[in-house]
Amino acid sequence: MYEVRIHGRGGQGAVTAAELLSVAAFDAGSTAQAFPSFGSERAGAPVVAFCRIDDRPIRLREPVVTPDAVIILDPTLLHAVDVFQGLKPGGVVLINSAHPVADLGLTELTDEGRAGVVCVSATEIALRHFGRPLPNGVMLGGFAALTGVVPIADIERALRDRFAGPIGEKNAAAAREAFDSVQISHQEAAGV
Amino acid sequence: MFEQLEGSVAVAKAVARCRPEVVCAYPITPQTHIVEGLSRMVWDGSLAPCEFINVESEFAALSVAIGASATGARAYTATASQGLLYMAEALYNAAGLGLPIVMTVANRAIGAPINIWNDHSDSMSQRDCGWLQLFAEDNQQAVDLHVQAFRIAEELSLPVMVCMDGFVLTHAFEQVELPTADQVDEFLPSYQPRQVLDPQAPVSIGAMVGPEAFTEVRYLAHVGHQRALSVIPEIGSRYGSIVGRPGVSLVSPYFSAGADTVVIALGSVLGTLKDTVDGLRADGHRVGVLGITSYRPFPAAAVRAATDGARRVVVVERSLAPGGGETVTTDVRSALAGSGVEISTVIAGLGGRPIIRTSLRAMITAAEGDALEPLTFLDLDRDAIAAVLTSTSAPTGGTR
Repeated sequence: MYEVRIHGRGGQGAVTAAELLSVAAFDAGSTAQAFPSFGSERAGAPVVAFCRIDDRPIRLREPVVTPDAVIILDPTLLHAVDVFQGLKPGGVVLINSAHPVADLGLTELTDEGRAGVVCVSATEIALRHFGRPLPNGVMLGGFAALTGVVPIADIERALRDRFAGPIGEKNAAAAREAFDSVQISHQEAAGV
Repeated sequence: MFEQLEGSVAVAKAVARCRPEVVCAYPITPQTHIVEGLSRMVWDGSLAPCEFINVESEFAALSVAIGASATGARAYTATASQGLLYMAEALYNAAGLGLPIVMTVANRAIGAPINIWNDHSDSMSQRDCGWLQLFAEDNQQAVDLHVQAFRIAEELSLPVMVCMDGFVLTHAFEQVELPTADQVDEFLPSYQPRQVLDPQAPVSIGAMVGPEAFTEVRYLAHVGHQRALSVIPEIGSRYGSIVGRPGVSLVSPYFSAGADTVVIALGSVLGTLKDTVDGLRADGHRVGVLGITSYRPFPAAAVRAATDGARRVVVVERSLAPGGGETVTTDVRSALAGSGVEISTVIAGLGGRPIIRTSLRAMITAAEGDALEPLTFLDLDRDAIAAVLTSTSAPTGGTR
Protein backbone atom coordinates (compact mmCIF):
# COMPACT_ATOMS: atom_id res chain seq x y z
CA MET A 1 0.00 0.00 0.00
CA TYR A 2 1.31 3.44 -0.96
CA GLU A 3 0.27 6.23 1.40
CA VAL A 4 0.28 9.95 0.72
CA ARG A 5 -0.32 12.84 3.10
CA ILE A 6 -1.07 16.26 1.69
CA HIS A 7 -0.59 19.41 3.76
CA GLY A 8 -2.06 22.71 2.73
CA ARG A 9 -3.94 25.68 4.03
CA GLY A 10 -7.73 26.00 3.76
CA GLY A 11 -8.52 27.21 0.24
CA GLN A 12 -5.45 25.72 -1.47
CA GLY A 13 -7.24 22.52 -2.45
CA ALA A 14 -5.49 19.87 -0.33
CA VAL A 15 -8.68 17.85 -0.05
CA THR A 16 -9.37 18.16 -3.78
CA ALA A 17 -5.79 17.10 -4.54
CA ALA A 18 -6.23 13.92 -2.48
CA GLU A 19 -9.53 13.20 -4.22
CA LEU A 20 -8.07 13.77 -7.69
CA LEU A 21 -5.05 11.62 -6.90
CA SER A 22 -7.41 8.81 -5.89
CA VAL A 23 -9.38 9.22 -9.11
CA ALA A 24 -6.19 9.15 -11.21
CA ALA A 25 -4.94 6.06 -9.39
CA PHE A 26 -8.31 4.37 -9.87
CA ASP A 27 -8.27 5.22 -13.57
CA ALA A 28 -4.79 3.73 -13.76
CA GLY A 29 -6.16 0.42 -12.47
CA SER A 30 -5.34 0.65 -8.77
CA THR A 31 -7.67 0.80 -5.82
CA ALA A 32 -7.54 4.10 -4.00
CA GLN A 33 -9.02 5.88 -1.03
CA ALA A 34 -8.97 9.61 -0.32
CA PHE A 35 -10.34 11.40 2.69
CA PRO A 36 -9.91 14.73 4.47
CA SER A 37 -8.40 15.16 7.90
CA PHE A 38 -10.78 15.67 10.71
CA GLY A 39 -9.63 19.11 11.75
CA SER A 40 -11.35 22.45 11.39
CA GLU A 41 -11.51 23.57 7.79
CA ARG A 42 -11.22 27.34 7.53
CA ALA A 43 -9.59 29.51 4.92
CA GLY A 44 -5.90 29.77 5.76
CA ALA A 45 -5.90 27.18 8.55
CA PRO A 46 -3.64 24.13 8.17
CA VAL A 47 -5.49 21.31 6.39
CA VAL A 48 -4.44 17.69 5.91
CA ALA A 49 -5.81 15.18 3.43
CA PHE A 50 -4.84 11.59 2.74
CA CYS A 51 -4.69 9.20 -0.17
CA ARG A 52 -3.98 5.46 -0.12
CA ILE A 53 -3.18 3.52 -3.26
CA ASP A 54 -3.06 -0.25 -3.45
CA ASP A 55 -3.74 -3.19 -5.74
CA ARG A 56 -6.41 -4.67 -3.48
CA PRO A 57 -9.46 -3.31 -1.65
CA ILE A 58 -8.58 -0.78 1.06
CA ARG A 59 -10.43 -1.23 4.35
CA LEU A 60 -8.22 0.80 6.66
CA ARG A 61 -9.81 4.07 7.87
CA GLU A 62 -7.14 5.48 10.18
CA PRO A 63 -5.34 8.65 9.10
CA VAL A 64 -2.09 8.13 7.20
CA VAL A 65 0.53 8.15 9.97
CA THR A 66 3.54 6.71 8.13
CA PRO A 67 3.37 8.24 4.65
CA ASP A 68 5.46 7.11 1.69
CA ALA A 69 5.07 10.60 0.29
CA VAL A 70 4.25 14.01 1.70
CA ILE A 71 2.99 16.82 -0.52
CA ILE A 72 3.25 20.32 0.94
CA LEU A 73 1.14 22.91 -0.83
CA ASP A 74 2.30 25.83 1.30
CA PRO A 75 5.97 26.30 2.30
CA THR A 76 4.99 28.36 5.35
CA LEU A 77 3.73 25.09 6.87
CA LEU A 78 7.29 23.80 7.07
CA HIS A 79 7.79 25.80 10.24
CA ALA A 80 4.20 25.64 11.56
CA VAL A 81 3.29 21.94 11.43
CA ASP A 82 5.38 18.77 11.74
CA VAL A 83 4.80 17.93 8.10
CA PHE A 84 7.44 15.17 8.04
CA GLN A 85 5.98 13.26 10.98
CA GLY A 86 6.06 9.50 10.42
CA LEU A 87 7.63 9.76 6.97
CA LYS A 88 8.88 6.31 5.99
CA PRO A 89 12.63 5.88 5.51
CA GLY A 90 13.32 6.53 1.86
CA GLY A 91 10.05 8.42 1.54
CA VAL A 92 9.67 11.44 -0.71
CA VAL A 93 8.63 15.02 -0.06
CA LEU A 94 7.31 17.42 -2.66
CA ILE A 95 7.23 21.06 -1.64
CA ASN A 96 5.56 23.95 -3.41
CA SER A 97 8.41 26.47 -3.32
CA ALA A 98 10.06 28.88 -5.71
CA HIS A 99 13.31 28.31 -3.82
CA PRO A 100 15.63 25.33 -4.25
CA VAL A 101 15.61 22.63 -1.60
CA ALA A 102 19.03 23.69 -0.32
CA ASP A 103 17.58 27.05 0.74
CA LEU A 104 14.79 25.60 2.86
CA GLY A 105 16.86 24.53 5.86
CA LEU A 106 15.73 20.91 5.77
CA THR A 107 19.21 19.55 6.43
CA GLU A 108 17.98 16.94 8.86
CA LEU A 109 15.98 15.29 6.09
CA THR A 110 18.28 15.82 3.16
CA ASP A 111 21.73 15.30 4.74
CA GLU A 112 20.89 11.96 6.27
CA GLY A 113 19.37 10.82 3.00
CA ARG A 114 16.17 10.03 4.88
CA ALA A 115 14.03 11.43 2.14
CA GLY A 116 14.09 12.64 -1.41
CA VAL A 117 12.99 16.25 -1.24
CA VAL A 118 11.98 18.10 -4.39
CA CYS A 119 10.62 21.60 -4.88
CA VAL A 120 8.14 22.68 -7.53
CA SER A 121 7.26 26.31 -8.10
CA ALA A 122 3.61 25.33 -8.26
CA THR A 123 2.00 28.65 -7.35
CA GLU A 124 4.01 30.42 -10.04
CA ILE A 125 3.11 27.74 -12.61
CA ALA A 126 -0.58 27.96 -11.63
CA LEU A 127 -0.61 31.75 -11.93
CA ARG A 128 1.00 31.57 -15.36
CA HIS A 129 -1.41 28.93 -16.70
CA PHE A 130 -4.74 29.93 -15.22
CA GLY A 131 -4.20 33.11 -13.27
CA ARG A 132 -5.07 31.80 -9.81
CA PRO A 133 -2.64 30.81 -7.04
CA LEU A 134 -3.99 27.25 -6.73
CA PRO A 135 -1.09 24.80 -6.47
CA ASN A 136 -2.99 21.55 -5.84
CA GLY A 137 -3.40 20.11 -9.34
CA VAL A 138 0.05 21.35 -10.37
CA MET A 139 1.65 19.50 -7.48
CA LEU A 140 0.02 16.25 -8.60
CA GLY A 141 1.97 16.55 -11.86
CA GLY A 142 5.16 16.86 -9.82
CA PHE A 143 4.07 13.90 -7.69
CA ALA A 144 3.61 11.74 -10.80
CA ALA A 145 7.15 12.55 -11.95
CA LEU A 146 8.71 12.11 -8.51
CA THR A 147 7.09 8.81 -7.58
CA GLY A 148 5.92 7.11 -10.77
CA VAL A 149 3.00 5.83 -8.68
CA VAL A 150 0.38 7.37 -10.98
CA PRO A 151 0.88 8.13 -14.70
CA ILE A 152 0.76 11.81 -15.62
CA ALA A 153 -1.87 11.04 -18.28
CA ASP A 154 -4.28 9.93 -15.55
CA ILE A 155 -3.53 13.05 -13.48
CA GLU A 156 -4.29 15.18 -16.53
CA ARG A 157 -7.52 13.32 -17.22
CA ALA A 158 -8.65 13.64 -13.59
CA LEU A 159 -8.07 17.40 -13.77
CA ARG A 160 -9.96 17.73 -17.07
CA ASP A 161 -12.87 15.71 -15.69
CA ARG A 162 -13.04 17.71 -12.46
CA PHE A 163 -12.78 21.21 -13.97
CA ALA A 164 -14.93 21.63 -17.07
CA GLY A 165 -13.73 23.34 -20.24
CA PRO A 166 -10.66 25.57 -20.58
CA ILE A 167 -9.94 25.60 -16.82
CA GLY A 168 -9.52 21.85 -16.88
CA GLU A 169 -7.23 22.07 -19.90
CA LYS A 170 -5.14 24.77 -18.24
CA ASN A 171 -4.89 22.76 -15.03
CA ALA A 172 -3.77 19.73 -17.01
CA ALA A 173 -1.16 21.79 -18.87
CA ALA A 174 0.13 23.22 -15.59
CA ALA A 175 0.39 19.72 -14.09
CA ARG A 176 2.29 18.59 -17.19
CA GLU A 177 4.75 21.46 -16.81
CA ALA A 178 5.36 20.49 -13.18
CA PHE A 179 5.82 16.88 -14.28
CA ASP A 180 8.41 17.92 -16.85
CA SER A 181 10.26 20.21 -14.45
CA VAL A 182 10.56 17.52 -11.77
CA GLN A 183 11.71 14.97 -14.35
CA ILE A 184 14.39 17.35 -15.61
CA SER A 185 15.64 18.22 -12.12
CA HIS A 186 15.75 14.50 -11.30
CA GLN A 187 17.77 13.76 -14.42
CA GLU A 188 20.16 16.59 -13.59
CA ALA A 189 20.54 15.30 -10.04
CA ALA A 190 21.32 11.86 -11.41
CA GLY A 191 23.88 13.39 -13.78
CA VAL A 192 22.01 12.26 -16.90
CA MET B 1 -18.90 -0.91 -13.42
CA PHE B 2 -16.79 0.45 -10.61
CA GLU B 3 -16.50 4.21 -10.18
CA GLN B 4 -14.28 6.29 -7.91
CA LEU B 5 -16.80 8.47 -6.07
CA GLU B 6 -17.27 10.43 -2.91
CA GLY B 7 -19.51 8.47 -0.53
CA SER B 8 -22.16 11.21 -0.51
CA VAL B 9 -22.25 11.36 -4.30
CA ALA B 10 -22.53 7.59 -4.53
CA VAL B 11 -25.44 7.58 -2.08
CA ALA B 12 -27.20 10.44 -3.89
CA LYS B 13 -26.95 8.51 -7.16
CA ALA B 14 -28.19 5.31 -5.55
CA VAL B 15 -31.13 7.09 -3.91
CA ALA B 16 -32.02 8.74 -7.24
CA ARG B 17 -32.16 5.31 -8.91
CA CYS B 18 -34.78 4.34 -6.31
CA ARG B 19 -37.03 7.01 -7.87
CA PRO B 20 -38.09 8.92 -4.76
CA GLU B 21 -41.03 11.19 -5.53
CA VAL B 22 -40.41 13.60 -2.68
CA VAL B 23 -37.03 14.60 -1.24
CA CYS B 24 -36.97 17.15 1.53
CA ALA B 25 -34.09 17.99 3.76
CA TYR B 26 -32.45 20.71 5.76
CA PRO B 27 -28.68 21.00 5.36
CA ILE B 28 -26.39 19.90 8.16
CA THR B 29 -22.76 18.78 8.04
CA PRO B 30 -21.79 16.08 7.15
CA GLN B 31 -25.02 15.12 5.36
CA THR B 32 -25.05 18.13 3.03
CA HIS B 33 -23.34 16.69 -0.05
CA ILE B 34 -25.99 13.97 -0.33
CA VAL B 35 -28.96 16.29 -0.55
CA GLU B 36 -27.04 18.80 -2.64
CA GLY B 37 -26.47 16.01 -5.14
CA LEU B 38 -30.16 15.08 -5.15
CA SER B 39 -31.30 18.69 -5.44
CA ARG B 40 -29.09 19.12 -8.51
CA MET B 41 -30.60 16.01 -10.11
CA VAL B 42 -34.13 17.28 -9.50
CA TRP B 43 -33.14 20.70 -10.85
CA ASP B 44 -31.60 19.35 -14.07
CA GLY B 45 -34.43 16.88 -14.59
CA SER B 46 -32.34 13.73 -14.30
CA LEU B 47 -34.41 12.77 -11.26
CA ALA B 48 -38.04 13.07 -12.35
CA PRO B 49 -40.79 13.00 -11.42
CA CYS B 50 -39.58 14.17 -8.05
CA GLU B 51 -40.29 17.20 -5.95
CA PHE B 52 -37.41 18.61 -3.90
CA ILE B 53 -38.95 20.57 -1.05
CA ASN B 54 -36.87 23.14 0.80
CA VAL B 55 -37.85 23.43 4.42
CA GLU B 56 -36.86 25.60 7.35
CA SER B 57 -35.76 22.89 9.76
CA GLU B 58 -35.24 19.19 10.28
CA PHE B 59 -38.53 19.02 12.12
CA ALA B 60 -40.19 20.31 8.96
CA ALA B 61 -38.11 18.05 6.74
CA LEU B 62 -39.37 14.92 8.42
CA SER B 63 -42.88 16.30 8.76
CA VAL B 64 -42.98 16.91 5.01
CA ALA B 65 -41.68 13.39 4.41
CA ILE B 66 -44.43 12.07 6.68
CA GLY B 67 -47.09 14.00 4.79
CA ALA B 68 -45.69 12.92 1.42
CA SER B 69 -45.45 9.29 2.45
CA ALA B 70 -48.99 9.34 3.84
CA THR B 71 -50.31 10.44 0.45
CA GLY B 72 -48.55 7.48 -1.18
CA ALA B 73 -45.31 9.06 -2.37
CA ARG B 74 -41.91 7.42 -1.94
CA ALA B 75 -40.17 9.89 0.39
CA TYR B 76 -36.53 10.37 1.34
CA THR B 77 -34.66 12.70 3.66
CA ALA B 78 -31.23 12.89 5.32
CA THR B 79 -29.80 14.46 8.42
CA ALA B 80 -27.19 14.16 11.17
CA SER B 81 -26.46 15.04 14.78
CA GLN B 82 -28.58 17.84 16.24
CA GLY B 83 -30.72 17.65 13.11
CA LEU B 84 -31.81 14.14 14.04
CA LEU B 85 -32.60 15.33 17.57
CA TYR B 86 -34.70 18.13 16.16
CA MET B 87 -36.68 15.46 14.26
CA ALA B 88 -37.19 13.34 17.38
CA GLU B 89 -40.91 13.95 17.84
CA ALA B 90 -41.64 13.32 14.18
CA LEU B 91 -39.45 10.18 14.14
CA TYR B 92 -41.82 8.44 16.52
CA ASN B 93 -44.78 9.56 14.44
CA ALA B 94 -43.31 8.22 11.20
CA ALA B 95 -42.77 4.83 12.83
CA GLY B 96 -46.12 4.79 14.62
CA LEU B 97 -47.95 5.67 11.43
CA GLY B 98 -46.13 2.89 9.59
CA LEU B 99 -44.71 5.16 6.89
CA PRO B 100 -41.88 3.62 4.83
CA ILE B 101 -39.62 6.69 4.72
CA VAL B 102 -35.92 6.15 4.09
CA MET B 103 -33.47 8.51 5.74
CA THR B 104 -29.70 8.72 5.69
CA VAL B 105 -28.08 9.58 8.98
CA ALA B 106 -24.54 10.84 8.32
CA ASN B 107 -23.46 9.92 11.83
CA ARG B 108 -22.06 12.80 13.85
CA ALA B 109 -21.51 13.65 17.49
CA ILE B 110 -24.00 15.67 19.51
CA GLY B 111 -23.09 18.86 21.34
CA ALA B 112 -22.40 20.55 23.66
CA PRO B 113 -19.50 20.99 23.19
CA ILE B 114 -20.19 21.49 19.52
CA ASN B 115 -18.43 18.93 17.36
CA ILE B 116 -19.10 18.26 13.70
CA TRP B 117 -17.21 14.95 13.51
CA ASN B 118 -18.17 11.36 13.50
CA ASP B 119 -19.54 9.10 16.19
CA HIS B 120 -22.83 7.28 16.67
CA SER B 121 -24.40 9.43 19.40
CA ASP B 122 -27.08 10.73 17.07
CA SER B 123 -28.66 7.52 15.84
CA MET B 124 -28.10 5.76 19.17
CA SER B 125 -30.07 8.54 20.88
CA GLN B 126 -33.04 7.53 18.71
CA ARG B 127 -32.65 3.81 19.30
CA ASP B 128 -36.19 3.38 20.54
CA CYS B 129 -38.09 5.53 18.05
CA GLY B 130 -39.30 2.53 16.07
CA TRP B 131 -37.23 3.00 12.90
CA LEU B 132 -35.05 0.25 11.57
CA GLN B 133 -31.37 1.21 11.81
CA LEU B 134 -28.91 -0.25 9.32
CA PHE B 135 -25.21 0.63 9.60
CA ALA B 136 -22.87 0.78 6.59
CA GLU B 137 -19.31 -0.49 6.86
CA ASP B 138 -18.06 1.14 3.64
CA ASN B 139 -19.46 3.13 0.77
CA GLN B 140 -20.36 0.07 -1.29
CA GLN B 141 -22.51 -1.06 1.59
CA ALA B 142 -23.94 2.43 2.01
CA VAL B 143 -25.06 2.36 -1.63
CA ASP B 144 -26.49 -1.15 -1.41
CA LEU B 145 -28.21 -0.54 1.95
CA HIS B 146 -30.09 2.48 0.60
CA VAL B 147 -31.58 0.55 -2.29
CA GLN B 148 -32.54 -2.34 -0.05
CA ALA B 149 -33.85 0.05 2.61
CA PHE B 150 -36.65 1.26 0.34
CA ARG B 151 -37.75 -2.33 -0.36
CA ILE B 152 -37.50 -3.32 3.31
CA ALA B 153 -39.40 -0.22 4.42
CA GLU B 154 -42.20 -0.72 1.93
CA GLU B 155 -42.50 -4.44 2.60
CA LEU B 156 -42.78 -3.83 6.35
CA SER B 157 -44.51 -0.43 6.33
CA LEU B 158 -41.77 0.86 8.61
CA PRO B 159 -39.28 3.69 8.21
CA VAL B 160 -35.58 2.86 7.82
CA MET B 161 -32.49 4.84 8.81
CA VAL B 162 -29.35 4.06 6.87
CA CYS B 163 -26.48 5.14 9.11
CA MET B 164 -23.13 5.97 7.51
CA ASP B 165 -20.19 7.47 9.34
CA GLY B 166 -19.94 11.21 8.76
CA PHE B 167 -16.74 12.32 6.97
CA VAL B 168 -15.15 8.86 7.31
CA LEU B 169 -17.59 7.55 4.70
CA THR B 170 -19.59 10.53 3.48
CA HIS B 171 -16.45 12.43 2.45
CA ALA B 172 -14.27 9.49 1.45
CA PHE B 173 -13.50 8.79 -2.19
CA GLU B 174 -13.39 5.08 -2.89
CA GLN B 175 -14.53 2.70 -5.55
CA VAL B 176 -18.17 1.69 -5.60
CA GLU B 177 -20.31 -0.22 -8.02
CA LEU B 178 -23.73 1.38 -8.31
CA PRO B 179 -26.60 -0.88 -9.23
CA THR B 180 -27.80 0.03 -12.71
CA ALA B 181 -31.16 1.73 -13.17
CA ASP B 182 -32.50 -1.51 -14.71
CA GLN B 183 -31.31 -3.57 -11.76
CA VAL B 184 -32.94 -1.18 -9.30
CA ASP B 185 -36.18 -1.16 -11.29
CA GLU B 186 -36.21 -4.96 -11.29
CA PHE B 187 -35.53 -5.08 -7.55
CA LEU B 188 -37.71 -2.22 -6.37
CA PRO B 189 -41.22 -1.99 -7.83
CA SER B 190 -43.13 1.26 -7.50
CA TYR B 191 -44.46 1.96 -4.04
CA GLN B 192 -47.88 0.42 -3.34
CA PRO B 193 -49.11 2.11 -0.15
CA ARG B 194 -51.44 0.16 2.11
CA GLN B 195 -53.54 3.26 2.70
CA VAL B 196 -53.32 6.82 1.44
CA LEU B 197 -54.58 10.19 2.51
CA ASP B 198 -56.91 11.13 -0.30
CA PRO B 199 -59.55 13.92 -0.15
CA GLN B 200 -61.80 11.80 -2.39
CA ALA B 201 -61.80 8.94 0.10
CA PRO B 202 -61.09 10.47 3.49
CA VAL B 203 -59.55 8.36 6.26
CA SER B 204 -57.85 9.23 9.52
CA ILE B 205 -54.42 7.91 10.30
CA GLY B 206 -52.78 8.27 13.67
CA ALA B 207 -56.05 8.69 15.53
CA MET B 208 -55.97 8.67 19.32
CA VAL B 209 -55.62 5.28 20.99
CA GLY B 210 -56.47 4.97 24.67
CA PRO B 211 -55.36 2.62 27.42
CA GLU B 212 -57.60 -0.14 26.10
CA ALA B 213 -55.43 -0.68 23.03
CA PHE B 214 -52.17 1.30 23.30
CA THR B 215 -50.22 -1.64 24.71
CA GLU B 216 -51.40 -3.78 21.80
CA VAL B 217 -50.35 -1.12 19.28
CA ARG B 218 -46.90 -0.96 20.85
CA TYR B 219 -46.70 -4.75 20.93
CA LEU B 220 -47.42 -4.79 17.21
CA ALA B 221 -44.56 -2.32 16.67
CA HIS B 222 -42.27 -4.88 18.29
CA VAL B 223 -43.77 -7.63 16.12
CA GLY B 224 -43.02 -5.52 13.05
CA HIS B 225 -39.37 -5.34 14.05
CA GLN B 226 -39.26 -9.05 14.73
CA ARG B 227 -40.67 -9.64 11.25
CA ALA B 228 -37.88 -7.46 9.90
CA LEU B 229 -35.37 -10.01 11.20
CA SER B 230 -36.51 -12.40 8.47
CA VAL B 231 -37.48 -9.80 5.84
CA ILE B 232 -34.06 -8.06 5.85
CA PRO B 233 -32.03 -11.16 4.86
CA GLU B 234 -34.70 -12.28 2.36
CA ILE B 235 -34.58 -8.93 0.61
CA GLY B 236 -30.80 -8.96 0.87
CA SER B 237 -30.54 -12.23 -0.98
CA ARG B 238 -33.02 -11.05 -3.64
CA TYR B 239 -30.93 -7.90 -4.12
CA GLY B 240 -27.75 -9.96 -4.18
CA SER B 241 -29.05 -12.23 -6.92
CA ILE B 242 -29.87 -9.19 -9.08
CA VAL B 243 -26.68 -7.19 -8.61
CA GLY B 244 -24.30 -10.12 -8.30
CA ARG B 245 -22.77 -9.32 -4.91
CA PRO B 246 -24.02 -10.16 -1.44
CA GLY B 247 -26.96 -8.12 -0.20
CA VAL B 248 -27.45 -6.96 3.36
CA SER B 249 -27.66 -9.54 6.08
CA LEU B 250 -28.22 -8.84 9.75
CA VAL B 251 -24.60 -9.33 10.80
CA SER B 252 -21.29 -9.75 9.00
CA PRO B 253 -18.92 -12.26 10.62
CA TYR B 254 -15.16 -12.11 9.93
CA PHE B 255 -13.23 -15.10 11.28
CA SER B 256 -15.57 -15.11 14.29
CA ALA B 257 -16.21 -18.86 13.98
CA GLY B 258 -13.82 -20.65 16.29
CA ALA B 259 -12.36 -17.43 17.67
CA ASP B 260 -11.65 -17.13 21.41
CA THR B 261 -12.15 -13.37 21.27
CA VAL B 262 -14.77 -11.70 19.10
CA VAL B 263 -14.86 -7.93 18.66
CA ILE B 264 -18.32 -6.56 17.88
CA ALA B 265 -18.73 -3.18 16.20
CA LEU B 266 -20.91 -1.14 13.86
CA GLY B 267 -19.98 1.03 10.90
CA SER B 268 -16.73 2.08 9.30
CA VAL B 269 -14.46 1.03 12.19
CA LEU B 270 -15.01 -2.53 10.99
CA GLY B 271 -12.53 -2.01 8.13
CA THR B 272 -9.72 -0.97 10.47
CA LEU B 273 -10.71 -3.75 12.87
CA LYS B 274 -10.46 -6.38 10.13
CA ASP B 275 -6.98 -5.17 9.17
CA THR B 276 -5.98 -5.29 12.85
CA VAL B 277 -7.37 -8.78 13.23
CA ASP B 278 -5.53 -9.97 10.09
CA GLY B 279 -2.27 -8.92 11.76
CA LEU B 280 -3.15 -10.62 15.03
CA ARG B 281 -4.28 -13.83 13.33
CA ALA B 282 -1.01 -13.95 11.42
CA ASP B 283 0.68 -13.93 14.83
CA GLY B 284 -1.48 -16.83 16.00
CA HIS B 285 -4.19 -14.97 17.91
CA ARG B 286 -7.62 -16.60 17.81
CA VAL B 287 -9.59 -13.42 17.27
CA GLY B 288 -12.46 -12.50 14.98
CA VAL B 289 -14.84 -9.65 14.23
CA LEU B 290 -18.61 -9.47 14.12
CA GLY B 291 -20.12 -6.50 12.32
CA ILE B 292 -23.68 -5.62 13.24
CA THR B 293 -25.44 -4.26 10.18
CA SER B 294 -28.95 -4.23 11.59
CA TYR B 295 -28.88 -2.54 14.95
CA ARG B 296 -32.67 -2.16 15.06
CA PRO B 297 -34.05 -4.73 14.99
CA PHE B 298 -31.23 -6.24 17.03
CA PRO B 299 -30.34 -9.67 15.62
CA ALA B 300 -29.90 -11.47 18.95
CA ALA B 301 -30.02 -14.99 17.49
CA ALA B 302 -27.44 -14.15 14.80
CA VAL B 303 -25.14 -12.58 17.39
CA ARG B 304 -25.48 -15.65 19.58
CA ALA B 305 -24.74 -17.99 16.68
CA ALA B 306 -21.74 -15.97 15.49
CA THR B 307 -20.13 -15.86 18.93
CA ASP B 308 -20.82 -19.49 19.82
CA GLY B 309 -17.71 -20.97 21.39
CA ALA B 310 -16.04 -17.61 22.06
CA ARG B 311 -14.58 -17.02 25.53
CA ARG B 312 -14.97 -13.27 25.43
CA VAL B 313 -16.63 -10.51 23.45
CA VAL B 314 -15.42 -6.93 23.24
CA VAL B 315 -18.01 -4.43 22.06
CA VAL B 316 -16.55 -1.31 20.46
CA GLU B 317 -19.06 1.50 20.87
CA ARG B 318 -19.06 4.86 19.12
CA SER B 319 -21.27 6.60 21.68
CA LEU B 320 -21.58 6.93 25.42
CA ALA B 321 -24.56 6.66 27.71
CA PRO B 322 -23.38 8.81 30.63
CA GLY B 323 -24.24 7.29 33.98
CA GLY B 324 -24.58 3.85 32.45
CA GLY B 325 -21.76 3.60 29.95
CA GLU B 326 -22.82 1.08 27.39
CA THR B 327 -25.44 1.12 24.64
CA VAL B 328 -24.82 -1.67 22.10
CA THR B 329 -23.36 -3.86 24.85
CA THR B 330 -26.74 -3.93 26.57
CA ASP B 331 -28.17 -5.65 23.53
CA VAL B 332 -25.19 -7.99 23.22
CA ARG B 333 -25.44 -8.86 26.91
CA SER B 334 -29.10 -9.70 26.59
CA ALA B 335 -28.43 -11.77 23.43
CA LEU B 336 -25.68 -13.76 25.17
CA ALA B 337 -27.37 -14.11 28.55
CA GLY B 338 -26.55 -17.48 30.11
CA SER B 339 -23.76 -18.26 27.64
CA GLY B 340 -20.97 -17.54 30.11
CA VAL B 341 -19.17 -15.33 27.59
CA GLU B 342 -17.24 -12.49 29.19
CA ILE B 343 -18.36 -9.15 27.78
CA SER B 344 -16.57 -5.82 27.94
CA THR B 345 -17.25 -2.42 26.44
CA VAL B 346 -14.78 -0.11 24.78
CA ILE B 347 -15.91 3.44 24.05
CA ALA B 348 -13.94 4.60 21.00
CA GLY B 349 -13.76 7.32 18.41
CA LEU B 350 -16.01 9.92 20.04
CA GLY B 351 -16.36 13.22 18.20
CA GLY B 352 -14.15 12.11 15.32
CA ARG B 353 -11.10 10.85 17.22
CA PRO B 354 -9.44 8.44 14.80
CA ILE B 355 -9.52 4.78 15.78
CA ILE B 356 -6.15 3.35 14.86
CA ARG B 357 -4.81 -0.18 14.50
CA THR B 358 -2.21 0.10 17.26
CA SER B 359 -4.89 1.06 19.80
CA LEU B 360 -7.23 -1.69 18.64
CA ARG B 361 -4.41 -4.21 18.79
CA ALA B 362 -3.58 -3.17 22.35
CA MET B 363 -7.26 -3.39 23.25
CA ILE B 364 -7.55 -6.93 21.88
CA THR B 365 -4.37 -8.21 23.49
CA ALA B 366 -5.47 -6.71 26.82
CA ALA B 367 -8.77 -8.56 26.46
CA GLU B 368 -6.94 -11.79 25.67
CA GLY B 369 -4.93 -11.37 28.88
CA ASP B 370 -8.14 -10.71 30.84
CA ALA B 371 -6.75 -7.23 31.53
CA LEU B 372 -9.50 -5.18 29.90
CA GLU B 373 -11.76 -3.33 32.32
CA PRO B 374 -15.51 -3.92 31.86
CA LEU B 375 -15.76 -0.32 30.59
CA THR B 376 -12.74 1.19 28.86
CA PHE B 377 -12.25 4.44 26.96
CA LEU B 378 -9.86 3.91 24.05
CA ASP B 379 -6.88 6.32 23.98
CA LEU B 380 -8.18 8.32 26.92
CA ASP B 381 -5.86 11.22 27.81
CA ARG B 382 -5.55 10.43 31.51
CA ASP B 383 -3.32 13.42 32.26
CA ALA B 384 -5.93 15.82 30.89
CA ILE B 385 -8.65 14.11 32.91
CA ALA B 386 -6.54 14.21 36.08
CA ALA B 387 -5.80 17.90 35.58
CA VAL B 388 -9.50 18.73 35.20
CA LEU B 389 -10.56 16.58 38.12
CA THR B 390 -7.88 18.16 40.32
CA SER B 391 -8.83 21.71 39.41
CA THR B 392 -12.58 21.13 39.77
CA SER B 393 -12.24 19.36 43.12
CA ALA B 394 -10.11 22.16 44.59
CA PRO B 395 -11.95 24.24 47.18
CA THR B 396 -13.43 27.43 45.78
CA GLY B 397 -11.62 30.62 46.70
CA GLY B 398 -8.32 28.74 46.83
CA THR B 399 -4.97 30.10 45.81
CA ARG B 400 -4.91 32.09 42.61
